[in-house]
Amino acid sequence: MNPFEIFAEYWPRLLDGTLMTIKLTGLGALIAALVSPWLALWRVHGSTLSQLPLRLYISFIRGTPILAQLFLVFYGSGQFRPLLTEWGLWNFFRDPFNCALLVFAVNSTAYQTEILRGGIQGVASGEIEAAKAVGMGRLLTLRRVVFPHAYRIAWPAIGNEVILLMKASALASVVTVFDLMGRTRQIFSRTFDFSVYLWAAVIYLCITAAFVLLWRLAERRLSRHVPIHTTGAKP
Amino acid sequence: MSDLFTYGDAGWGDEILRGLAVTVQLALSTLPLGLLIGFVIAFAAMSHRPALRFVGFGYTTLMRGLPEILTLFVVYNGVGLLLNSALRRISPEAAPVDFSPFAAGVIALGMVFGAFAAEVIRGAFNALDRGQVEAGLAVGMRKSQIFWRIKLPQVWRFALPGLGNLWINMLKDTALVSIIALDDLMRATKVAVGVTKQPFTFYLVACLIYWALCLVSEFILARMERRANRGVRRAGA
Repeated sequence: MNPFEIFAEYWPRLLDGTLMTIKLTGLGALIAALVSPWLALWRVHGSTLSQLPLRLYISFIRGTPILAQLFLVFYGSGQFRPLLTEWGLWNFFRDPFNCALLVFAVNSTAYQTEILRGGIQGVASGEIEAAKAVGMGRLLTLRRVVFPHAYRIAWPAIGNEVILLMKASALASVVTVFDLMGRTRQIFSRTFDFSVYLWAAVIYLCITAAFVLLWRLAERRLSRHVPIHTTGAKP
Repeated sequence: MSDLFTYGDAGWGDEILRGLAVTVQLALSTLPLGLLIGFVIAFAAMSHRPALRFVGFGYTTLMRGLPEILTLFVVYNGVGLLLNSALRRISPEAAPVDFSPFAAGVIALGMVFGAFAAEVIRGAFNALDRGQVEAGLAVGMRKSQIFWRIKLPQVWRFALPGLGNLWINMLKDTALVSIIALDDLMRATKVAVGVTKQPFTFYLVACLIYWALCLVSEFILARMERRANRGVRRAGA
């Protein structure tokens, strides 16, 4: 079969897989985005001793393959089946989608926390002193001064992290989630037609390209008060 | 529980250690190939010829945008199919051969490593101080001398942190080859899980081993960086 016939016959499955990939990545990144600001504040302001568990968690996530983390949660939960059933959690861990989402969210949280920590530490101290000088409280300073600046600094790096997460989401296919990679492997095992891998590659690249474009638009909106052509040099 | 990990027939210690050896071998074999691809692609991307630049940028964009597991399957299945169709053309009766998963792993991981390494190496060349090259020219050094004595030692210094990160990423990505049936640490763990029915214990041990590998790598890389920077004067301190 020629590549276009493969696409014409199997595009609904590929589309289905693409939507699953976007769903997994989007939800995982979103959960991480909701949790990471708090952890980042803890990383910046917490005492060295209180940070120990957080540092261990981040080091563990960064030092182990996502595939191993996925197996640890998906297959590993089986070892505690009676306990999890008792707690009413077994139905959650039985579903590969939930396990994959959990692993991706926990994983991305660790990376996003470190990125945001860098962003928060990159906020000019003069800005924070100015906020204090005009009488802003701690919470107001965080909301109006620290986080807007921190996100502007961290934005490109968070974008990179989401792309890495999107690529990592292909691993969900190993625990039988039918994402784009899962559908691709399914079609290949049926047709033994190599071109389906090339279609998958094209779709993955399109997702990345679309995301990069959206992320740049958002970045421009975040920095809309910064005059153009003065990147780097502050007036 | 500790007897699960003893050496010999009773425990899984020796199987897991053998898997670990395959993982380390795979990573160490991938490194030179990845660095070679990285340098070639970096030079292509920095070339004066537009066609070469296009190839360089195209390669890095493509390989960095694809999931590693997809690259691995493309190499494993694609090269396998190619080999077999070539074989059929030579002798139609020959039995189909299997492409070695180890070779597929080295090639696929090397291609990915190379794409990221090319960006790191290109950045390192861009970070070189132009004045030093001019100084080299001024004292009458040849272009090759400038490359070997001024550029390369400093590119090494600038590129080392980035390449170190890539090494750690690649070490973790080796776990993917377990999917194409190479008996690495991950697959040895899977086999042990199949027999003992203790998935959490064994996958946790596998995670801890990978973690230890990464921490050891970080330690060695920090020492290498200190050595690479030994001639650099720091302001203040």
